[in-house]
Amino acid sequence: MIEQAVALSGILFAIGAVGALVRRNVIVVLMCIELMLNAVNLALVAFSRQWGDPAGQVFVLMVIVVAAAEVAVGLGIVIAIFRNRESVNVEDASLLRW
Amino acid sequence: MNELLFQLFGAIAVAGALGMVLNLRNVVAGALSLVATMVALGAIYVMLEAYLVGVLQILVYAGAIVVVFLFVVMLLNLRDQALGEGRQWFTKTVAVLAGVGVLVLFLGVLPAAFSAPADLEAGFGGYRHVGALLFTDYVLAFEVTSLLLLAAMVGAVILAKRRTDGS
Repeated sequence: MIEQAVALSGILFAIGAVGALVRRNVIVVLMCIELMLNAVNLALVAFSRQWGDPAGQVFVLMVIVVAAAEVAVGLGIVIAIFRNRESVNVEDASLLRW
Repeated sequence: MNELLFQLFGAIAVAGALGMVLNLRNVVAGALSLVATMVALGAIYVMLEAYLVGVLQILVYAGAIVVVFLFVVMLLNLRDQALGEGRQWFTKTVAVLAGVGVLVLFLGVLPAAFSAPADLEAGFGGYRHVGALLFTDYVLAFEVTSLLLLAAMVGAVILAKRRTDGS
């Protein structure tokens, strides 16, 4: 079961990474980042179970907090950009790109 | 039985994730398939003896974070507009190939079977067990977390606030 959990974590991380690279809707990109954080959480929980060490679960709590903070700030930025550019396409917010 | 349930919830998680990434038209439907992924992951956490984390997963992710996403979608009044998806096929192909390649490499190095899982003490993964660790060994990280949340709260309010003084 641990092996399957780690493999599932890798699959979910790959889906999230490809989605963050491929999709142009910034809200979907943020959701893909959440998915990647969740994949990492799953790996932490699986290894915590494998070694019988609850420290991994404490790290998961920290990751959840960071994810919540990231979503709050990220969506604030999305709203600010939408107010200026009337768009949630990442291609339209390229002012700082090289 | 447990193994079967695990695979069932794993399949739900992967299907929800794919549904979110592949749904090009409706962001709300994508967010709801993300909820399915989160709930399935919560069930998997419980199967891996992480009871507190499983409960928090459902409370925080399915209950709060995805709701914030839905609020923003509602606030921005996004219709099923064309977002210019479908362009840059070369970049997309490279991205998909890179993702699949990394996944194959990862699954390739993953051993077929780990050693037998460690024996667990009673109450492993419960709130008492995790909380005791959180408030002793990791209390500094826990306190810094509160600063992070405060900074994120102030930052989100300032970023999303409408400027009223004209500056």
